[in-house]
Order: sequence, then structure tokens, then C-alpha cells
Amino acid sequence: MYAIGNPIDVLISPDATQEIRDSAISAYGLDRPLWQQYLAFVDRLLRGDFGRSFVFNAPVLDLILARLPATLELTLAAVLGGTLLGIPLGVYAGYRPDGTFAKLVMGVSILGFSVPTFWIGLVLIFVFAVELGWLPAGGRGRTVEVLGVGWSFMTLDGLRHLVLPALTLSLFKFAMMVRLARAGTREVLVTDIVRFARAAGESEWTILSRHVLELIGIPLVTVFGLEFGSTLAFAVVTETIFSWPGCGKLIIDSIQALDRPVMVGYLMLVALLFVVINLLVDVAYAALDPRIRTTGGQ
Amino acid sequence: MRAASPAAEFWAEFSANRIAVGALAVVVILATAALAAPLIVPQDPYDLGRLALVDARRPPGSVSSQGFTFWLGSDAQGRDILSAILFGLRTSIQISVMAGAIAFVLGAALGATAAFVGGRVEAAIMRVVDLQLSLPAILLALVLAATLGRGRWQLIAALVAAQYAYFARTAHGAAKAERAKDYVAALLSTPLPAHRIVLRHILPNCLPPLLVVATVQVANAIALEATLSFLGVGLPVSEPSLGTLIANGFQFLLSGRYWISIYPGVALIVLIVAINLVGDQLRDQLNPRLRR
Repeated sequence: MYAIGNPIDVLISPDATQEIRDSAISAYGLDRPLWQQYLAFVDRLLRGDFGRSFVFNAPVLDLILARLPATLELTLAAVLGGTLLGIPLGVYAGYRPDGTFAKLVMGVSILGFSVPTFWIGLVLIFVFAVELGWLPAGGRGRTVEVLGVGWSFMTLDGLRHLVLPALTLSLFKFAMMVRLARAGTREVLVTDIVRFARAAGESEWTILSRHVLELIGIPLVTVFGLEFGSTLAFAVVTETIFSWPGCGKLIIDSIQALDRPVMVGYLMLVALLFVVINLLVDVAYAALDPRIRTTGGQ
Repeated sequence: MRAASPAAEFWAEFSANRIAVGALAVVVILATAALAAPLIVPQDPYDLGRLALVDARRPPGSVSSQGFTFWLGSDAQGRDILSAILFGLRTSIQISVMAGAIAFVLGAALGATAAFVGGRVEAAIMRVVDLQLSLPAILLALVLAATLGRGRWQLIAALVAAQYAYFARTAHGAAKAERAKDYVAALLSTPLPAHRIVLRHILPNCLPPLLVVATVQVANAIALEATLSFLGVGLPVSEPSLGTLIANGFQFLLSGRYWISIYPGVALIVLIVAINLVGDQLRDQLNPRLRR
């Protein structure tokens, strides 16, 4: 667990006496054998105690929970934006694959796949914050307290701060949704379902918005769920660039300060989050596709 | 008339796609320029004796105090950005190709072993691989790089750990399909040792999909390495990659000196896009389902 950086060196000033060092070492249990330390760690974890941060001297869980709303706000904005824009554009690109607009959309999506997130953030900051001066380059802006937590999207200033980081984070989701929706639409359009729907005189709009969307739904939901998790991970990069005070920024700061308990606590929560997301995705499958429901419900 | 060799046929098909050929040319040019960097750059960017502070932060096109032109400007230490980019490109390519190669070997070995042995061994290996694939590679690499510390080999280890699972899954799928074929059954009836059957007969037939994964993963490794270095957990400052250069220029971006960050980023993206385009064409060519 302590591969680099002795935590004691982080905690105590180098000119402390040996007694102070020793008492700190035993206070944190660092003098005990590794397996005992590990068992103590698991024991505390099971009781919901993630330990205390070396740097802030506050419980890790409180630190992370205090920053979680900012991260969730950013991630949700990015995932929703990328999906709500990506799916219609992708369906259209699949509907008219040879049109100029479809090719333009695909070009943007290839860029979204290839360009690293941090670079998109830099370019957006340079263009919109430095050169044009339209939007702020970092921070969260004014927040409004709802349920004891501050949210940015409730104020105009907060929204202005949210636009660039959310855009940065959403480009990859957008690219992925466009690709999936386009591939799915192209496959579905040649099936009998669409042919019969046309024969029944349904409008192209109804066919696309009702039938095609329903048929390509399953892979989209999978990716939406899994991508929500990885967006949380990529938020690390985006938050660092835009000084967005969320969990990602916390973890990077902790890595640089060798604040091990915060790193471990963050990882545990992310792992937990992935389990929950995967479960929700499975539940969504059953809701979308009756064939997947195995027993009951009939 | 002699029949064309498989390699010539492959090239004929590849060269029919002009975009892929252009992308391949870009990759070759960038890789050559990066390899030859010490010979062709106007200034050794890391020889502190050659850097002059009067040249600091010059915009692109200005002439340095030593007579050569800063085609892409200079950074805060008076370093020629073009020279720094070529050196950074060299580091980025070295790291990502090395990481890709190790991940390839490790992943192929694990995947093929799982498919060939089957049973509990297969279940154990593939569960670990699936578990890893469900976690984002960036997070895994970030944590490993942070735990192992800064350094070239630590970074390569983090990249390999984040990427081998993709090779393992691909190798497993391909080897599983080969395992069921008659020629493997015939080989199994001979006294050949198992490792020889896997290495000489099964793995070569699994190469096409693995090569496609390898191209994509090298591009991913370049992006991942740049991201980690940008976040300050990648390469040490003494071995700057493109990500380090971009990070160094970030503070100057806010004051409008875009060239310190933007040009290394452009080099990075051109390289990644070009590799991905080559990978796309390879996938189309090597995918039997798309063949007529």
C-alpha cells in the first residue's frame, strides 16, 4: 500500500523528535505487520470508515462526499448532453449516410475519438476564454444551495462555468453515441419491421423516432451506463484543467501530496459505483426488451 | 504469369484506400523524424548551455539569437518548440510502442493459454480480464503510475497493466475458434508438446485480429501517456514527452502564448488520428466478415 513515499514523512516535519515520530507511527498503526494493518483497514471499511486524510486530517468519506456533487453535476451534464445530441445526429447519419451533414457529423466523431480529453479542454479554454473572452476558464462560479449542497447549474454564472468543462467531457460520449446510433440505424433500416411500417403508411419521422430508436436502444443503454462510469474517471482530467472542485481534482491533489487514504477511499467508491451502474444497466435491459425477462411478469 | 504473393496482394488492397495510404505516410514521416531528431533539429532542446533567456517565449517565425528561426516559437526557457516536439515525439513513440509490445506478448500469452487449457484456468484468467475491462483504463493507469512513482519503466508498467486485457480478450476469442478446428485436433494426436502447438500453429492464425488491436492500442497508449504526463504522474521532467510539453505550456496559454502548448498537441493529434486511420483500414481488410 505504501509503495512510494513514507506517509510519516508527509505527516511530520523533518525536525520532529524521535519520540514524536514514534508516537505518530503507532497512532496510525504503521508499526504493526502488514496483514494486521490490512485486516484493520478492511474492518474499518466494512463499518463505513474510510480512514482520515493525512493532509486535511478529516474523514476521507466526508472529503469525497463534499466534492461528489460537483463531479456528478459535471458528469451528468456531459453524459446527457453527449447522448441527447449524439443519438439524433447518429440516427440521422444512419438514415442519410451519404449526405454532407452526415459526413460532417462522422468527421467530428472521429476527432472526438482520437483527440485526448485534456487537449480538447486546452483548445476550448484558449478559444472561448482567452481569445474570445466569452466564458470563464476555470472554477465553478456562483452556486445555489439546495438540500445543503451547492449546485452550479441553478445560476447563470454557474452555467457559464459549466459549459466548457461539460463540453470537453461530452465530446467522447458524443462520438461514441453517434457511431453506435448510426451503425444501429443502418442495420435496422433494412429489416422487415421498417418495410412493414412504411407499407402501413407511417411517416418517416414516426418510423425513426418510434421503431428505430426502440430497436437500437439496448446497445445504447449499455454504453450509456458503462460510459457514465468512465466519464466519472475522465472527469479527473477535465476537473484538473478547469480547476473544477470535484472528486477528480481531489484525487490528483492527493496523488501529488501522497495522501494515500484519500486515494484508496476514492478507488473503493468508484469500484462500488461501477457495480451499481452495471446492475442498473441490467435492470434497464429487462425494461427495454421483454425477451430478456426470464421469469414472472407475464 | 506468377500469382501475386499474399504480401503484394495485401498491399494492393491497402493502397486502394487513399486516406489510409496518406495516414500511413504521415505515421512513417513522423516516426522517422522522431527517430532522427538528434540529427535534424536546429537546437538540442535539453542542452541548457545552448538555451538563451533572451529567446524566451518568442512567437512562431521569430529568429533566435543564434541565427536559426523558431518556426513554431520558443518556450519559457528559450527552447525551440519544433526541436522540443521532435524530441517529445521520440519519447512518446518509444514508450507507447514498448508498452504496446509488452502488452501484446503478455495478453496473447494469457489469452491463448486460457483458450487452449480451458476449464478453471480459463475461467480464472478471463474473469480477471473481464473485471479489468469493466474499469476505465485511464483510472487504472493513473493509480498505478501514482503508486509506482515517476519514471520511464514505471509508466510503461502502468500502460501495460491498463492495456494487456484488450489483447488477452482478443487472443482468447481467436484462439478459442482455432482450438475447435480439425487441424488442432490432428496436431493434438501427434506427440508435439502443447507449447509448440500453441506457439507455432494456433497463435500465428490469431495474428490478424491481434494486429488490429495492436495499432489501436499503440494510439491509445500515446494518448494515455500524454494524459498521465500532463497530470504530472507520467514521465519525469528530465524526459519530456508531448504530454509534458503541453503541460508546461498550459500556464502560458492563459496569457495568449498559445504556441507552447498548442503545437505539441497538434503533433500528438496528427499522430493519433493517422495511426487510427491505418488501424481502421487494417480492420476492414483483416475482418473476414467484411470480405466478399
